[in-house]
Amino acid sequence: MTTAPPVTLSKDEILRYSRHLIIPEVGIEGQQKLKAAKVLLVGTGGLGAPLGLYLAAAGIGKIGLVDFDVVDFTNLQRQVIHFTQDVGRNKIDSASEKMLALNPHLEIVKHEVALSSENALDILKDYDLVVDGTDNFPTRYLVNDACVLLGKPNVYGSIFRFEGQATVFAYEGGPCYRCLYPEPPPPGLVPSCAEGGVLGILPGTIGLIQATEAVKLILGIGEPLVGRLLLYDALGMRFRELKLRKNPECPACGEHRTITKLIDYQQFCGIPQQAPKQEEKVAEGEIEVTEVKKMLDRGDNFVLIDVREPHEYQICNISGSKLIPLGEVGKRLGELDPNADIVVHCKSGMRSARACGVLRANGFQHVRNMKGGILAWSEQVDPSVPKY
Amino acid sequence: MAKVLIPTPLRQFTAKQDSVTVSGATVGEVLSALTTQFPELRKQIFNDEGKLRSFVNVYLNDEDIRYLGKDATPAADADTLSLVPSIAGGAR
Repeated sequence: MTTAPPVTLSKDEILRYSRHLIIPEVGIEGQQKLKAAKVLLVGTGGLGAPLGLYLAAAGIGKIGLVDFDVVDFTNLQRQVIHFTQDVGRNKIDSASEKMLALNPHLEIVKHEVALSSENALDILKDYDLVVDGTDNFPTRYLVNDACVLLGKPNVYGSIFRFEGQATVFAYEGGPCYRCLYPEPPPPGLVPSCAEGGVLGILPGTIGLIQATEAVKLILGIGEPLVGRLLLYDALGMRFRELKLRKNPECPACGEHRTITKLIDYQQFCGIPQQAPKQEEKVAEGEIEVTEVKKMLDRGDNFVLIDVREPHEYQICNISGSKLIPLGEVGKRLGELDPNADIVVHCKSGMRSARACGVLRANGFQHVRNMKGGILAWSEQVDPSVPKY
Repeated sequence: MAKVLIPTPLRQFTAKQDSVTVSGATVGEVLSALTTQFPELRKQIFNDEGKLRSFVNVYLNDEDIRYLGKDATPAADADTLSLVPSIAGGAR
C-alpha cells in the first residue's frame, strides 16, 4: 500500500485537500494514495456513521458499504450519517447520499446484503482494507476469518455503554481477533447495544480511532495500532493500552491453523437456526399481550412480573406489574407463591424468557412469558406506552 | 493485594464498583478472592470446570496472563489486574 499509485488529482481536488497537501507526511503523494485506496466499511451504524463521513471527506477513492438495515428513530441518537428524514430508508442509501454530498469525487459501491460465509470472500477481495463496524459476534468472527484468509488488514472497533475497544487485526501477519478472543460468549451473556444501551457519542470516538488507523495504514505513516488493544473509558476519560500478542495456537492465523475456509458463524456463536414459519405461533410457555390484557381486564388472579431494570421501569410500565430485575429473580423467590399463575415480561421477551427459566427451575409450575414484551404491549394493547 | 479493574458489563456483579482491591499472591488467588467476595461474578468469568472463559481476558498491568504464568503469575501490591471481556456493539 506504500507504492505511489498512478492517479492524479484535479484542480478541484487539490483545493479540497489543501490542508492535507501542506502536511509533509501526506502531500500530493499521500493524497494520491488515499484516492487510489479501496476501503470496505462493514456496517453503516454507530461506528460506520463517523467512519463513512470522515473517510469520504479524507478523499478515499473507493468505499464499499455493507448494510441491509433500515434507519429507525432509535438510531438517530448516535448514527450521525442518518437524519430524521431518513427514518424508514435503507441505511446504505442514506449513508451513500451523505457521503457523496460531502465528496462527489468518491466512488461508492453498495453491498446491500448480510455479509455471510457465502459472499464475504467475494466482497472483501476487491478492497485494500476492511473496517469492522458491525454489532454482533458472528459477523465479527466472519470478518476476521475472511480478512485473515485474504491477508487484508481488519480495522476493529467495538463499543458498550461507556467503553470501547479498538485495534488493527491481521496486519502483515499480526494478531487477529481470534488471538484476542478465541471464542465468543454464549448468546445472552453479553448484552448488545440494543439491550445494554450505548452513550451516543461513544461510537464517534471509537469510529474515528478506526478512521485514523485506516488513513494511517493507507498513507503508510506513523505507528499502526497493531499488537496493541486500545481501551477507552468515557466515564473516567481514560485511554489504556494492553499488549495484544499473536497466539501461536490460533485456529485462524497460528502455525497449525484449522480454519482454512469460512465456517457457519451462527452455529459457532451458538445461535440456533431460526425456523421462520413457527415464529408467528405462540410457543409453549408463552402468552400473547392481548391475552394478558384480557386477564387484567377480567381481574384474573395472577402475578405480572416485570424483569427489566428500575430505570427502564421509569420510562414506561404496565399498571399492576411487580418489578423484579432479572438479576434479582433468583434471590427474591421468597416473595412469590410457587403455585401462583405468573406472567413475566421485559422489553422484548428475551430477558423474561430467561426469568421464566429461573422460576421453572425453582419449582414454579405456572409461568408464562409475555411474547414481545412491553414493545408488543405498546403496539397491540396501549399505544400511549412509549417505545424505547 | 492487587487492584482489579472491573469493566462496565461486569459491574452489575461487583455492587457497581469499577475497581476492587483484593488479596492474593498470584493472579489465581486474586481472582479467587474476588469471586469469593462477589459470587455472582464467578460464573461470568469462570466456566463449570473453574477455568477462565475464553471471551474474558485477564491482564496483569498491560500483559495478557496467557503469555505470563497464567493463574500462577505472581501479583504484587502495585499491580493492576484488568478483566477485559469481549464486546460486539457497533451498529445497532
